[in-house]
Formats: sequence, structure tokens, C-alpha cells
Amino acid sequence: MAKIIIPTPLRKFTEQTATIDSKSETVQAAIEDLAKLYPGLQQHLFDKEGKIRSFIRIFVGDDDIQALDNEKTAIQEDTVVSIIPAIAGGIS
Amino acid sequence: MAQTTFSKEELERYSRHLIIPEFNIEGQRKLKEARVLVVGSGGLGSPLLLYLTAAGVGHIGIVDFDVVDESNLQRQVLFGVENVGMPKVDAAKKRLESLNPHVEFETYNTMLTSDNALEIMKGYDLVADGTDNFPTRYLVNDACVILGIPNVYASIFRFDGQVSVFNYTDKEGVVGPNYRDLFPEPPPPGLVPSCAEGGVIGVLPGIIGSLQANEVIKVITGIGNPLVGRLFVFDALNFDTRTLNLNKNKNLKPITELIDYQQFCGIKPAEEKQEEVPVKEVSVQELHQLISDGEQYQLIDVREPYEYEISQINGELIPLSSVLEKANLISKDKKVIIHCRSGKRSADAIRLLQDTLGYNNLYNLKGGILAYAKEIDQSLATY
Repeated sequence: MAKIIIPTPLRKFTEQTATIDSKSETVQAAIEDLAKLYPGLQQHLFDKEGKIRSFIRIFVGDDDIQALDNEKTAIQEDTVVSIIPAIAGGIS
Repeated sequence: MAQTTFSKEELERYSRHLIIPEFNIEGQRKLKEARVLVVGSGGLGSPLLLYLTAAGVGHIGIVDFDVVDESNLQRQVLFGVENVGMPKVDAAKKRLESLNPHVEFETYNTMLTSDNALEIMKGYDLVADGTDNFPTRYLVNDACVILGIPNVYASIFRFDGQVSVFNYTDKEGVVGPNYRDLFPEPPPPGLVPSCAEGGVIGVLPGIIGSLQANEVIKVITGIGNPLVGRLFVFDALNFDTRTLNLNKNKNLKPITELIDYQQFCGIKPAEEKQEEVPVKEVSVQELHQLISDGEQYQLIDVREPYEYEISQINGELIPLSSVLEKANLISKDKKVIIHCRSGKRSADAIRLLQDTLGYNNLYNLKGGILAYAKEIDQSLATY
């Protein structure tokens, strides 16, 4: 199964789970399923129009999905999906 | 121009660099000739400044407006107990001069703003960004783009660290991605963790700031492959490291001038902040009086259990996230004073209880336990 790595700032919404397995076939489906599983993530991942927020980047393997097929990027059994949020330090 | 030379003391000091074949005296000469500006002398700035100074960067600028606080010492290894209360730039300069007298320092005891950034940053070959907030990150990035200098970036939060080299021009004149290529916009303030949810494990800035120092040295000396077009990500909890590929964002508007970064990051000036419905308040002196007079009241603490462990003033602990669920424990008949660390979460709790359950007997403790510790009971630990 594909693995989604949750960054530590978002783990409070995933009951501190760092890695979540996904059976989804695209990034869009994987992230949507994730937000369904942990509803607290919804507003941190998607804006009101349902688009992935601009301070969150999604990587499939080592590559930004914007360099691949965006949200439609296919994920395989052994794919690692990374969610990378903007972090600024202690104050923000 | 006359070639930069080294004294006997310098040659001996830097000998472990000079005997690395790829580095040698050429690398050391480039370091000595370099002018590096470090923005922020806190968690990241501490190891960064210590290593850049020890390594022999010739001229180091330090920007910081803050003073050393007791709570800094958990991670800001540049400072000691004797520095508490001193401007960070002064304490840093003193410590660094004792580490390496062959380095020149220039300090800027000011907040970097759109008005002074270009003036301060021009003349430096490189900027290392070790700040702790989004407005300054975008400001440093944009100013580096305008001035055409590299921005060696590092950022930390709790257990996560990120490092990259932004706006680097390679030998062919190709400019690499900058911070806005990665994150075109900052998170709105409501979505970033509050004071209670922040924090950072003390050693993480040491690790990430050291990696940042390594990239600064590589960019200056030209050795190895700098972290250009790549983002290094470190999860200290699971010891998971990834190096991800970054690309330039073709849709990005060219950066040609500095803007109002507070506004860009959704942080409104103080006078516009009062959009939220005000809540009734009591001062810490009034609370103290109530306690002394033995009056009937209920005190609720809406912080988290781990904050309660640091200091508490005998409130009933009901964290903000569970106030509705546990509202049956909150009186409707007598005066109820609600407090948190600084007064923000308790005001949110009051609005929530008033709007949802019709409470009208709730008062916010102005300034929270921080104010109580400052004004009433100095034995309480602050954080």
C-alpha cells in the first residue's frame, strides 16, 4: 500500500500517527480519504473551493506533484506521499 | 586587488580546513572575504553564528531586535545565564568575538522591515534566514530576490526541520527556486498553531542550524553541490530524512518590490484587530481581591494539562477543546472567571459558551496567568 507521511505539525489531527497507508490510486483521492479519516485535517489541507492549500505542498516520491500530474498524479503500491507544510519557527 | 592573507595565528586556527584538499587555503580565503548576514540570532542563529564565526567567515552581520530571555536558553546555545535581559545582538557579538577575534561583526538591534531590509542587506554576499515568523521569511526572501543574493533557508517547528538554498545563481547564470516557488502564500494566522501548540525540541535548531551553516560555507567556497532546487526535510521524532526536488513556479509574479508583509500574512495592525466580539474582563488585581475577600466565584483554566504542570492558580482545568462537553461543570449562577496563558483562548472559550449555551456570567482574566505571575505572584513560572 502507498504510504502518506504526516508532518509533525499536523499529527495532532491524526492521533499522532506519522504514517498512514492508502489504497487510493491518485493523490487527490488519497488526500481526500485522509481528510475523511481525520476530519480535523480538512481545513488544513483544503481551501473553501476544495483545492489543496498554497502553504501545503504534496510530493510523490521526491517530486512535487506540480511537476507531475498535479492532484491526478497516480500512486502505486510502493509510493511515498509527503505532505510538506510551511513552517516558520516558534512564533508564526 | 591585493590577495587576502592570513596571519600565523589564523593559519594555525584554520589548519584543519587548510589540509582538506578540496577546501585548502582557497576555500579559507573565500570565507575570509565573505560578508554574511544572519537574520535572527535565536535557535537557528545560535549554531549558525557559532560555526560561521569558528570557520572564519570574514564579516558577519547579525539582525535581531529581541533580548535574551530565560526560556531561550533551552536551545539558544549562544547565550548564558549572564546574558538574560541583554539585547541578543550584543550578547552574541561578545560571545562570538571571544570565539574568533579575526572576524568582524556588525550588529543591527532592530526588527527587519520593508523599510530597512534592502538598506541592511545590500552589500552582503549571502543571507542566512533563521527567523521565527512568516512575515520576516517572505521579507528576507523577496529582498534577496531583489538584491540577487542567495538565501540560505532553514526552518523548524516542534520536531520538523526544513533546509534549502534559495535564489542561488549558478555558474551559467541560472537562478534557482526561491521561497515563494515553494510556498506562494503563508498560512492564514488562524491556521497556524497558537502559543500553546507551538514549541520546539531544543536540539532540533542545533541540528538544522548546523546544516544551514554547512550550506552557507558551501555556497561561499563553491565546494560540493549546494541544496539548490531541493528541500531537505527532517522529522526528528522518527529520524526520517527526505530530500525533495523543488521547481520554479512559472505562474509566480516577478518580485520587484517589498510589500507590507504583516498584511500579506494576514496579521492586521493592532487598531484593526477588534473584529471579535469583546468579552467581559477582570484584571488580575480584581481576581486577587476576590480571593482575599473570600468571595464566591469559580475559576476555570482552559489550558492544556501540560501547561497546568508548569504553573497554575487553582483553577479547574477544562481545556478549550472540551469546554462545551464539560459545560455542566461550569456554573451559571455565580461569577465565573476563565483564564488561559495570555487571555486569548479564554476569550474564545467565553464566546463559545455564550454563543452556544447562553452563558452571561463569564469573565476573562485579562492577560491570563502571565499577568498574574507578573503582577501578583512572582513565584509562578512563566512560559
